[in-house]
Amino acid sequence: MKADPAGVLTGTHFLDGDQACCEGALAAGCRFAAGYPITPSTEIVERFAQRAPQVGGMFIQMEDELAASIAIQGAVWAGAKAFTVTSGPGFSLMMEHIGFAAMTETPCVVVDVQRGGPSTGLPTLPGQGDIMQARWGSHGDYEIIALVPSSPQECFELTLDAFNLAERYRVPALVLMDECVGHMTEKVVIPPAQEIEIVPRRYTARPPADYQPFEPGPDGVPEMVRAGDGYRIHVTGMTHDQRGYPEVSAEAQQRLVERLVAKIRGHAERIARVEETWTQDADIIVVAYGITARVALRGVEMARERGVAAGLLRPVVVWPFPEKRVRELAARARAFVVVEMNYGQVALEVERVVAGRAPTVLVPHAGGTVHPPEEILAAILAQAPAREVAR
Amino acid sequence: MTARTDAVAANPVEAFLRSDRMPHIWCPGCGIGTTVNCFARALLQAKLNLDRVVVVSGIGCTGRVAGYLELDSFHTTHGRAIPFATGLKLANPELTVVVYSGDGDLVGIGGNHFIHAARRNVDLKVICVNNFTYGMTGGQVAPTTPLGALSTTTPYGCFEQPFNLPQLAESSGAVYVARWTSYHVRQLTHAFGEALRKKGFSFIEILSPCPTLYERRNRLGDGLEMMKYFKEQSLVRHGAPTKELGLTFQGPIAVGKFVDRERPTFLETLNQQLARTLEAQYAGCAGEHVRD
Repeated sequence: MKADPAGVLTGTHFLDGDQACCEGALAAGCRFAAGYPITPSTEIVERFAQRAPQVGGMFIQMEDELAASIAIQGAVWAGAKAFTVTSGPGFSLMMEHIGFAAMTETPCVVVDVQRGGPSTGLPTLPGQGDIMQARWGSHGDYEIIALVPSSPQECFELTLDAFNLAERYRVPALVLMDECVGHMTEKVVIPPAQEIEIVPRRYTARPPADYQPFEPGPDGVPEMVRAGDGYRIHVTGMTHDQRGYPEVSAEAQQRLVERLVAKIRGHAERIARVEETWTQDADIIVVAYGITARVALRGVEMARERGVAAGLLRPVVVWPFPEKRVRELAARARAFVVVEMNYGQVALEVERVVAGRAPTVLVPHAGGTVHPPEEILAAILAQAPAREVAR
Repeated sequence: MTARTDAVAANPVEAFLRSDRMPHIWCPGCGIGTTVNCFARALLQAKLNLDRVVVVSGIGCTGRVAGYLELDSFHTTHGRAIPFATGLKLANPELTVVVYSGDGDLVGIGGNHFIHAARRNVDLKVICVNNFTYGMTGGQVAPTTPLGALSTTTPYGCFEQPFNLPQLAESSGAVYVARWTSYHVRQLTHAFGEALRKKGFSFIEILSPCPTLYERRNRLGDGLEMMKYFKEQSLVRHGAPTKELGLTFQGPIAVGKFVDRERPTFLETLNQQLARTLEAQYAGCAGEHVRD
């Protein structure tokens, strides 16, 4: 279906990433947001609080991030599309409800504008240290989808995509921004509503007597209903059967967790998305995402200027990880250079997938500012064949 | 055998229960089931469209209530039933949203959500079954455990001041506050009915036996003994100042309806403020367009 024009701010704008993210949510049909103030994400809900009442939506500022991250799920079961936004410390508090959303298959979006951590860290300065937390932060086994924008334009587009993916697979979808992307102002083009594709919620057409809330469809994803529709459903965070009833047994656990994992892993290559620059003939594959991809591109350019065949692979969707593409490149690449504003998170994934076929070198950064491109260049040159560097 | 089946079938609350989930997990002598029976009877009398009544629970013994009621029901995370219920109610104001949980869940781990929902006067009916302990985990000290009472984590007697829940609810902004015990089935059923009709944050505290953990450890006898205590020590004090309602170990219990007042609900103030400020630009929210 097409987007509701009421929420689509069609036109060419000059927006920062936080504002663009808010517009992406509104364009996606999100009409409910709950949040708790935290730098550098607050501007997203400030804009939502201002815009939403004029398009039939609402914002509620909750008492903490625990509350915000589950208030949105109540709203979803009432029929709304809903999201919350936060940053590091708040993201840690939200882990409980990312798990609840995964377990109850509640489609919702959580935006994390990453800042330097751990703990209070650098409230106003960037980091990329939440990548693994996004993937593994709640207890137990589950799968999520996470998108990583590297520009305000992408903050709009990927927030919109996150809502669509959340509905498609009934998972929490995460948008992992960073402070730089969130506070950077650039041109953002918002298309007309009729050009924006929206994935509607997968409501069942079955009558209550034939419906079980957690009976998987052919793709592993169950159909949904809303509270108040007369289906008298039960939804629990406990291990449950297809009726939604708690079932405390190894067999029920196996069936449920296997399906929750498989519904994403089984579609991983459809969900995965990368952007590549000069990788076709590249010996050295630089892997970077978010704001760091833009700095890394400069490092790659500098290497090319020196005759070194470097290319950039940018995961746009970081979870599920683009394993297939990395594996293809590993078959011929001389080395992988992973540049990220943390002490090795995506680098671990690259290393796992490359599986020894090429060295994987990490260019870490603790956060607070972006890498100097020269540092990235040096890491590339260190992996380049001697003849290339000599030139 | 046939007669018994007929008797069960004739039970007026049968239709409110997920009988395919019986037997329930509650211990013999536990009062939670009694409160559920009263709640079902109140629903029966309230003549509400039951498709529009939703029950939200947190975690714990009382947290299992949601799973036994044949209604749209959500068994959420520990302490977070109220914020989940808040999102549900705001996105569809036509729903009657009941939060049914225990003392540890609602005012221990969930205490922050409790006071803020009361402050906002979100239209929720919050039912707190208070058994003075964390039952599901084996009888630890709770924010409601009376001074001196034994628990697994206060083996020499509780030395923490307990909450006075009616006072907490009133001072946080609740518009309806009552306390009964699982002995007071008629009064409790009546109170449920009043809360279901009341608009705004309504709170009912129900004292209830936990024979397996609280009473056994404190040598208070079985569930029946606790019911005798509730019967003998309860004094109906409608309208009593809530600051006088603190509980002591096996001491007197004030029961009754203490608060029944009017305050604009969260949605009323929200709609009023936005309509006044935005005028024609206000597209109307909270349920009219929030849902797709």
